[in-house]
Amino acid sequence: MSLTDLTLHAMQKRLQDKELTSVELTRAFLDRIAAVDGRINAYLTVTGEQALTDAALADRRLAEGRGDALTGIPVALKDIFVTEGVRTTCASRILDNFIPPYDGTAVARLKAQGAVLLGKLNMDEFAMGSSNENSGFGPVRNPWNPDYVPGGSSGGSAACVAARMAAATLGTDTGGSIRQPAAHCGVVGLKPTYGRVSRYGVIAYASSLDQVGPLARDVEDCAMLLQAVAGHDPADATSVDLPVVDYRASLKDGVKGLRIGLPEEYFIEGLDPEVHKAVEQAIASLRALGAEFVQISLPHTDYALACYYLIATAEASSNLARYDGVRFGQRVDRGEGLIDMFMQSRAAGFGPEVKRRIMLGTYALSSGYYDAYYLKAQKVRTLIRQDFLAAFEKVDVLLTPVAPTPAFKLGEKTADPLQMYLSDIFTIPVNLAGTCAMSLPCGLSAEGLPIGLQLIGRPFDEATLLRAGYAFEQAGDWHQRPAPL
Amino acid sequence: MNITREQVEHVARLARLALADEELDALTGEMDAILGYVEKLNNLDTDHIVPTAHAVPMENAFRDDRIGPSLGTEKAVSNAPEAADGCFVVPKVIE
Repeated sequence: MSLTDLTLHAMQKRLQDKELTSVELTRAFLDRIAAVDGRINAYLTVTGEQALTDAALADRRLAEGRGDALTGIPVALKDIFVTEGVRTTCASRILDNFIPPYDGTAVARLKAQGAVLLGKLNMDEFAMGSSNENSGFGPVRNPWNPDYVPGGSSGGSAACVAARMAAATLGTDTGGSIRQPAAHCGVVGLKPTYGRVSRYGVIAYASSLDQVGPLARDVEDCAMLLQAVAGHDPADATSVDLPVVDYRASLKDGVKGLRIGLPEEYFIEGLDPEVHKAVEQAIASLRALGAEFVQISLPHTDYALACYYLIATAEASSNLARYDGVRFGQRVDRGEGLIDMFMQSRAAGFGPEVKRRIMLGTYALSSGYYDAYYLKAQKVRTLIRQDFLAAFEKVDVLLTPVAPTPAFKLGEKTADPLQMYLSDIFTIPVNLAGTCAMSLPCGLSAEGLPIGLQLIGRPFDEATLLRAGYAFEQAGDWHQRPAPL
Repeated sequence: MNITREQVEHVARLARLALADEELDALTGEMDAILGYVEKLNNLDTDHIVPTAHAVPMENAFRDDRIGPSLGTEKAVSNAPEAADGCFVVPKVIE
């Protein structure tokens, strides 16, 4: 077994037992990146030299007995996290040359623990996409089969973990952008509750939906990363001042008596039979472990996608107004005045999907249409949120598929935006409701592509979610299957 | 039609996007399809529903009015396409 095949928690144990140094581990990952990333395109920037310097510092810290949970662990970040002195593009040409002057809070918290940053990961431009084909720097390929997409928008983060090019990664999830790529790449991905992790220093897409979370090899690794980044931050006014529990403490308490809801609206026609079968097997496995299953209904599920594409695009059109060629990013100036400079800079810098969403959002917010579109969507959002809160009166956790199908081929859905959007129908409602959810590997299709199981938890009850996920995961071995790279 | 090409051109100006003719043509069709799809929200009666702006109910987040460290001018303008004397330089605004 190679060092890069270890889980994060196994690495941590070896580092603390002095059986391994961070420099050895970091070198192993840098070698792995050099060997396989030419076929995957997960990394936009590799900070090898700095990583080795930081690894040496981490080794000293460990030798002095001052190690923290993540000291010496090599991690990588979606290129949406601003990193002081390290180019941050959000996979957009408009930020091609952007060198942030500060670290965001999640990054600062990882660094404070002594984690080693290997580099920045590819994604859909400004986190808008479900396949990673919208990157301004070329698509990411699925480590299980390079003809297939890794999912999106955190496709680089998921592919990186699946291809063993970092111990774990951070991504962001606005409508499924952690869970859907995690499912397609056979790794574990967690979207915490809105407000659980600070977004300070995370480039904004849709501010009422965006949330930071880990993608990792297994549930315990996810718990460790969440532990490091969760908690109130005065620099993000939407981060919630609630205590952060010890997520590993209750991990192994099992699911006996846990009530799990099966929302009927998620087991529909159009759900791929192989996905359906894998999810049914997961249900049987959890039932055997003592969980109780309850049929429930989330009646407004069918409206979630329409609701999301108004709210997310409206917020995006506002957030992305800052890219105007003045304070950072690319400028195109034909000498025809300020407005022309704005229009040319934005036209040259943004890709087609970003333009499409800015246009849709601008329209939804424009005079005469605001009530019909944006306000209407916000009201429907209330109904969707109430569905979840009512369900959680009856059950502790919900169980659904992550995506209706396994990964699709590159180019298969690029011609029809609406078809592409439909790959997020099972993940989007969670963001609208603002609660937490995770994706776990639960099977392989006949073509050898991973299938994901989604568990959805009560707001701020990540501990129960992780406990259920851990019980399911440990009863099988799906999380241990390596991508045949 | 849910949206016309003239409306799309108007929205592009509002969004400060200089779009080519082909882009405007494609967007007219795509936005029309997406707006057709979101029409389904009108099947729901929401007259008495309070809109949700944020999923987590929160009051205003106040803090003490204390001066803390900030980036400083040099760093703040370090990524500007053009800067001079600690200021962002833009094309002439007033003729």
